[in-house]
Amino acid sequence: MEFADEAPKLLMLLYGLIAFAVVVGGLLVLLDVVPNWFARRREAALVAASAEGSAVAAGPRPRRRSVVNRPEGVLALFFLLPTLLLLAIGLVVPAVRTTVLSFMDGGSDNWVGLANYKWMFAQDEILGILTNTLIWVVLVPLVATTIGLVYAVLVDRARFESAAKALIFMPMAISFVGASIIWKFVYAYRSGEYDQIGLLNQVWVMVGGEPQQWLNNPPLNTLLLIVIMIWIQAGFAMVVLSAAIKAIPNDVVEAARLDGVNPWQMFWQITLPSIRPALIVVVVTVSIATLKVFDIVRTTTNGNFDTGVIANEMYNQAFRFGQTGQGSALAVFLFVLVIPIVIYQVRSLRKQREV
Amino acid sequence: MATVTYSKATRIYPGTERPAVDHLDLEIGDGEFLVLVGPSGCGKSTSLRMLAGLEDVDDGSIYIDTRDVTHLPPKARDIAMVFQNYALYPHMTVYENMAFALKLRKTSKSEIDRRVKEAAALLQLEDYLSRKPKALSGGQRQRVAMGRAIVREPQVFLMDEPLSNLDAKLRVQTRTQIATLQAKLGVTTVYVTHDQVEAMTMGHRVAVMLDGVLQQVDTPRELYDTPANVFVAGFMGSPAMNIKTVPLTDGGATFAELTVPLTREQIAAAQAESGDGKVTVGFRPEDCDLVSESEGGLALVVELVEDLGSDANVYGHAAIDGTSERFVVRTDRRHMPNMGDTVYVKPRTGRNHAFHAVTGNRI
Repeated sequence: MEFADEAPKLLMLLYGLIAFAVVVGGLLVLLDVVPNWFARRREAALVAASAEGSAVAAGPRPRRRSVVNRPEGVLALFFLLPTLLLLAIGLVVPAVRTTVLSFMDGGSDNWVGLANYKWMFAQDEILGILTNTLIWVVLVPLVATTIGLVYAVLVDRARFESAAKALIFMPMAISFVGASIIWKFVYAYRSGEYDQIGLLNQVWVMVGGEPQQWLNNPPLNTLLLIVIMIWIQAGFAMVVLSAAIKAIPNDVVEAARLDGVNPWQMFWQITLPSIRPALIVVVVTVSIATLKVFDIVRTTTNGNFDTGVIANEMYNQAFRFGQTGQGSALAVFLFVLVIPIVIYQVRSLRKQREV
Repeated sequence: MATVTYSKATRIYPGTERPAVDHLDLEIGDGEFLVLVGPSGCGKSTSLRMLAGLEDVDDGSIYIDTRDVTHLPPKARDIAMVFQNYALYPHMTVYENMAFALKLRKTSKSEIDRRVKEAAALLQLEDYLSRKPKALSGGQRQRVAMGRAIVREPQVFLMDEPLSNLDAKLRVQTRTQIATLQAKLGVTTVYVTHDQVEAMTMGHRVAVMLDGVLQQVDTPRELYDTPANVFVAGFMGSPAMNIKTVPLTDGGATFAELTVPLTREQIAAAQAESGDGKVTVGFRPEDCDLVSESEGGLALVVELVEDLGSDANVYGHAAIDGTSERFVVRTDRRHMPNMGDTVYVKPRTGRNHAFHAVTGNRI
């Protein structure tokens, strides 16, 4: 490796580091200086107010509050600014632009009205993709949460609890792409005369079946891809729900035992209602992650053999087929699907707080 | 309604050597209100939980009436328990909380309704039946926990420090409510507390425990008047009894210039079992008088005077054998000394307690 060849890259790295130091340093200085300045002003205001004596203290409160509050409002805005800016750059602007693009043609040159949306619901292929997405979004949260919950209940206070939990949680640490590659090997196919390298086919052959091209046969292939997602998400569900189960006060469990519940009633009438908030969070989080699923499909089948889902099709339309308008329409539709789930979560969390 | 019998019941927590409850022998009569009291870690809660079935019994047995419940699961024992933190089901309303146990037993709807309404009336909870526990005050939650126990109409009530999460005033109020309620229902009750005032005021009988061992079980009056050993003497009563180990002479126990007379039998008992010429003597703050110097009391330098309104506690120290010992004396307000004064204290004859200096047992 010639150092000179790499010099521009290293230089860029250096620039990056300097820029990072400047931004972070600047922020730290601002965060230190600005609140101090406000604190001093506020102190001065309070000193002035108390110097005026008790007459003022008993006097009209609203005026004094506005004196104290207005700078704090400015301060709050100041702290919000970086977040708002990043949100605007990363979320709001792209969202608006995507929505606008969804009403334009493939090259983003001409307005086409609702044509892209009409196309979406007219094509059998796309309807199949929407159906697939629906299957994903129903099965994954349901099965992953159920597995996670049952597992959490079963290993709770068992002897090797942490080891057992680590086993299930481990897949969470693997990227979707990594997990997909692992499972691609599980589903791998070799024709009958060779040794099978895929676990599933090997087991299938051992029980006397012919080797199958699992990922090429709809509708089973979609279900097999869903298994990958469940494998990843069950660990997440298990960890959150296990923590929630542990948070149930011990004496409530004991009171239930004295009241005469059997294990079945304990689960349905005590455990489950107690962990409801955590359950909602898990189902919603997994649902949203599933709606957006892309990596698994892209890595394994790339949406072929009727396994496509919205996110993957969106990518294909926008970036492979150059149909930006149709891709954007799919993206907007995906966004619309996520909204009710988020609203449901926010509302149920708010309700929880009120009770 | 039932009796409860602990027979050499022992609990050893896994991984520990010393039993948390050591061969507990205790008989609780039908309809009795028995209070288990002791400092924290004395095994009183463990004893209660053993009776509830929430804690294993490693040795010995427990009977409710004549039925051996030692290894029965909690629900087969027909007992109801009130927990320190109330342990209400947060997702159920007050009504559902109280009805839960009955519903599990497939009691008819009308019967459940009747019992819950009855308990609610008894505890003044009628207005809160549709509320969730979160929307209740501490006192109300405590009453719901009581109600949940009452609707079960169990053979035995178990209460594990049910008042310790209430503020001082409410605690005194609820204390009398529970005692009255228990008298009205006549259900055998085992009540655990660390507060000796609760024990004295509520219990028909009080069982004092220390380090897993039952020290004495008796009526509050007997416990107060004739404590079986030094620990019970010091634990019951507030302010605590003045207990000192002092040299023994032919006439009695010597507190510096003051001699507390002991009977011949007491002196003999104190000398037995390597008593070593010492005896432990205790007298309660209210069992002594402030006398003049000529009457030969124990000279006490006053450190602190607590004026309680009706009377006053005088805290001070006296030099005995060269060491400074603290004493408390209760006096009426007319004779209240000031801080720094020297007063002369004389225990009333016959009101002192003598214990063996080594074993600590009453003699």
